[in-house]
Amino acid sequence: MNGSQIIVEALRRHGVDYLFGYPGGACMPIFDALVDAPEIKIVLVRHEQGGTHMADGYARATGKPGVVLVTSGPGATNTVTGLLTAQMDSVPMVVLTGQTITPNLGKDAFQEADVFGVTMPVVKHSYLVREVNDLPRVMNEAFHLATSGRPGPVLVDLPKDVVSAECEADFTDEFHLPGYAPPARGLTEDLEKAAELISSSKKPLLYVGAGAVIAQASRQVIGLAEKLQAPVTTTLLGKGAFPETHPLSVGMLGMHGTAYANKTVVDCDLIMAIGARWDDRITGKVSEFCPDATKIHIDVDPAEFGKIIDPDVSIAGDAKLVLEDLIPLVSKLDSQPWLKQIEKWKKKYPLKFPKRGGLRAQQVLKELDRLTDSKAIISTDVGQHQMWTAQFCKTNEERKWLSSGGAGTMGYGLPSAIGAQLGCPDELVVAVVGDGGFQMTMPELATAAIHKLPIKILIINNRYLGMVRQWQQLFFDNRESGVDMMGNPDFVKIGEAYGIKGFHLRRTGDITKVLQKALDYNEGPCIIEAEVVKSDNVFPMIPAGAAVAEMIIDEPPSDKKLEKPVGST
Amino acid sequence: MNESSNGKGFSVSLFVNNKPGVLVRIAQTFARRGYNIDSLVVSNAHDARFSRITVVFQGDHENVDQILRQLNKLIDVVHAIQHGSETSVDREMALFKVGVKPEKRTEVFQIIDVFRAKTVDITDESIIIETTGSSSKIDALERMLSSVGLLEMVRSGKLMMARGLEPT
Repeated sequence: MNGSQIIVEALRRHGVDYLFGYPGGACMPIFDALVDAPEIKIVLVRHEQGGTHMADGYARATGKPGVVLVTSGPGATNTVTGLLTAQMDSVPMVVLTGQTITPNLGKDAFQEADVFGVTMPVVKHSYLVREVNDLPRVMNEAFHLATSGRPGPVLVDLPKDVVSAECEADFTDEFHLPGYAPPARGLTEDLEKAAELISSSKKPLLYVGAGAVIAQASRQVIGLAEKLQAPVTTTLLGKGAFPETHPLSVGMLGMHGTAYANKTVVDCDLIMAIGARWDDRITGKVSEFCPDATKIHIDVDPAEFGKIIDPDVSIAGDAKLVLEDLIPLVSKLDSQPWLKQIEKWKKKYPLKFPKRGGLRAQQVLKELDRLTDSKAIISTDVGQHQMWTAQFCKTNEERKWLSSGGAGTMGYGLPSAIGAQLGCPDELVVAVVGDGGFQMTMPELATAAIHKLPIKILIINNRYLGMVRQWQQLFFDNRESGVDMMGNPDFVKIGEAYGIKGFHLRRTGDITKVLQKALDYNEGPCIIEAEVVKSDNVFPMIPAGAAVAEMIIDEPPSDKKLEKPVGST
Repeated sequence: MNESSNGKGFSVSLFVNNKPGVLVRIAQTFARRGYNIDSLVVSNAHDARFSRITVVFQGDHENVDQILRQLNKLIDVVHAIQHGSETSVDREMALFKVGVKPEKRTEVFQIIDVFRAKTVDITDESIIIETTGSSSKIDALERMLSSVGLLEMVRSGKLMMARGLEPT
């Protein structure tokens, strides 16, 4: 077998069914070898960034690694944003990049880029394969690294002469990774110490992140919360690790979390992070974040301990296995007064939005949630619509919420929905996107149309880069700068050009009818263009870098001047 | 314990896979967090599949644990361990070029003698001096030679080995 056939054989052995790709000179031998492997279906994307987000959406929705194959130079550099997105959110991905022949490396050959160097800070690990006999081992290692421990993207750079050479090495399942041993179960002494700290808590809070989703620890999170009688808040990426319709759920916390979740954070006496990393969107001003609460941190990546918050006890391990071991060590807490207090907050500070004055994104999303019974796989782009979707579309199961959290990548929504629908053909997949982000990866409409994927693409069109405009209104004296999306096309007509069904949604009274029509349409993708009011803002809001207690719950009066945020973004 | 023997920063020894790109990943880990590397020594380990790296760097006390965790997280790093003077021995080598005329040599020779250094090159206008020892000894020799016409100094960077049977 030559190198390309080895690669294809490795993909087959790892059960790869879809490969998101875009060919070019340097990777032609691999595309050629794929002709003989019809069980690996090539999804020809329209831009490599879209391809990486498709692989990402496929991975988040299925739990299996997403695989990308692109050519050298610009093909490979176009994957950088997708790699960053996957790295920040711990998504398993294997990205194969073609490369110029080894004698040309470093000599500015046509379509040569030092992709190994360019991508180093945004991958879990990477390889530049110089010797064909290394390929079986490298491919094994790439899949093992991408999917184990804290998952992440692994890049394999493949010079054309290497993948064309005959390989003499046998296929083995072996790999050589002496520096890699991710923890599995927690240490008994750490578990016991955590259980002891928990036992004296009267106002506990479980703070659950993507690590619990990745570990599929939902059943254990529910078990622990119900046994302790502790409220649960999830991060943006933790949505689905605990049912948001559960009585113990306080929904999402953080910058645009629910007021009652953030009040719970401020007042708790113990906070336990389960696969969450105290991101700045969660903590706000770190020095004022739960200063008096006991902090327990469960994470499969020990480098997260003490990075932002110094926990009283840290447990290194897989969230599911750690919770399995922890649950027998704890018992019901005296938390009834605390739960009563939280119920009061829920009643006093519900999520709300103005009902009059035009079509409201929040109302569209709330109705989407109702009509889909909170059961759809939802992908989002980044911005106001993302926060509204997180607030108003409840997520009750793992792997049903796909959103770029750490990187905040605009353009993620549509391609990730395509990947999710390919991976989960029987699920309802809805992409909620803004008019800004949608246009960044809009050409992937072709990919969705070709494969007749019944994705619902809900465009929340306010003809603004709304989140930036919101900040300019609140913190920059309403001096609008570079946020007006004047010149937006008619998105329904754009869809028509691709043979995609489209629906306009302009009036509040039409929400149910139009959404239902779109949900009933299953012959391919469809677009719902919701033309919402231009200047709605997302609340509650904790200004970046402010303490959680400084949360703004409602729209402040227009003459009230707010301090400029000190946080980075 | 946390301070290295010369009091100039932190010393970490790494045992890593011996392959291209490993050093870049390690250097990036320091650079991304704004740590300046004072000295860096890289060489093959006795098993040539691995390399030994000793890094001396400046940083905040509280962030050193974080750097160690981030280094250990790298797939190619088998281990990264911080060592202090009680738990390890360290050595450094240095070459000094001193600009000195024959009539002034005696003063320089006296310094060489006190430090048990060696003269390895001599011309009518210069002497090259070689020395080995702790980083603080080399610092002291540098100070002495500065006053008699030090032209150049090249230091090897710190080598370190854990005492007893502890791994380096």
